[in-house]
Amino acid sequence: MRVGVSSKKVCGDFAKKVKEISKEDFLLCYQCGMCSAGCPIAFAMDLPPRQVIRLLQLGLEEDIAKSKTIWLCTSCLTCSVRCPRGLDLAKVMEALRLISLRKNIDYVKPAEIPHDALAELPQIVLVSSFRKHTA
Amino acid sequence: MELSYYPGCTLKTRAKNFEDSATAFMAALGINLKEIPRWNCCGAVYSLADDDLIHQLAPVRDLIRVKEQEQGKVVVLCSLCFNTLKRANLLMRNDAEKRKTLNTFMDEEVDYNGEIEVVHLLEVLRDDIGWKTISDKLKVPLKHLKLAPYYGCALLRPQEVAIDQMERPVILHQLLQALGAEPIDFPFATKCCGSFQAVGNREGALECAWNILSSAIRRRAEALVLSCPLCDFNLAGKQEELKQKYPEFKGIPTLYFTQLLALAFGLDSKVCRFELNYQDPRPLLESKGLL
Repeated sequence: MRVGVSSKKVCGDFAKKVKEISKEDFLLCYQCGMCSAGCPIAFAMDLPPRQVIRLLQLGLEEDIAKSKTIWLCTSCLTCSVRCPRGLDLAKVMEALRLISLRKNIDYVKPAEIPHDALAELPQIVLVSSFRKHTA
Repeated sequence: MELSYYPGCTLKTRAKNFEDSATAFMAALGINLKEIPRWNCCGAVYSLADDDLIHQLAPVRDLIRVKEQEQGKVVVLCSLCFNTLKRANLLMRNDAEKRKTLNTFMDEEVDYNGEIEVVHLLEVLRDDIGWKTISDKLKVPLKHLKLAPYYGCALLRPQEVAIDQMERPVILHQLLQALGAEPIDFPFATKCCGSFQAVGNREGALECAWNILSSAIRRRAEALVLSCPLCDFNLAGKQEELKQKYPEFKGIPTLYFTQLLALAFGLDSKVCRFELNYQDPRPLLESKGLL
């Protein structure tokens, strides 16, 4: 895969915004893969967490947007507590989700949840899902 | 003795078995769990964004309710509420700038500076009551019961809220030993259950649950023990779907640790509200002569 990298992207608004929301320095990441190895839901991801951080370092916003990874993250913090560089990946993932959600684009659309599913979901599931996946 | 107690939404509805068994066994220990007045939903998940203060208001208001009771600490049962409240409390204690913004915004409330302590019920059992006192109280030792302690995420991560060692927790093991049961170690004890993905990515969450359950079963566990209604929904509430996906799966009950305490203290099993468990644990308990 050919990837176009430029200083304009690396130091662009996208990178700045992620840093501003997460207060995390994702340039700390040296791509060891500890995060992906411990991630409980990496099996369902198209890109492992490590690769999302690499794309972010390169400022490749569109490639991250194409991936489902940030929406599969469960915020379980396993990666955050294990990262040998002290990078809190869960905060970075949250910032990436918020950049999309703040454009008022819901990932979970409450109106589309089937009624039978709605009846069985306890509050704790609905509230946490809406908090993470709706604007 | 009285302890301020924050229930959270789901303990008042789907997880009434968690709350009722807890208040009952605590009463047997001479401790009254006193619900704080006018509490609200804690928000379920802690906001991880630095610029998102509006979602800190809900948990901080709950902490202010505790402060108004002139209580030094609040006990929480639900793991997720515990995590959210404890992190919000640390934010108010340690971040002067955000504290000022939040206190100014809530001008109808008294100022809050993180002065109370947020503790999980398991910590009260270990640190204030002690395993020995619990053992001495046993009327029905949970003999021959092989139980897999499932910790999940919210009791252990991040480090600053962890109630035990993050990678090798023992607190539930110790409790089960004190109750006379046999704790079963399994490698998925601290892996995420799939959490809120039960709505947005149902297949993914289902697979997370399967990884945990099948691991516990391979280790010959007869039931899982937990402290979170969200974990319970994913691990027990989805078992019918799992049985369709994995025909060899016969199901495994889950129990709140509080139900085991009530049972072992010889209380009327009605307080355990076993009828609310997604997977009925009564046949297992009867087969061991515990019911």
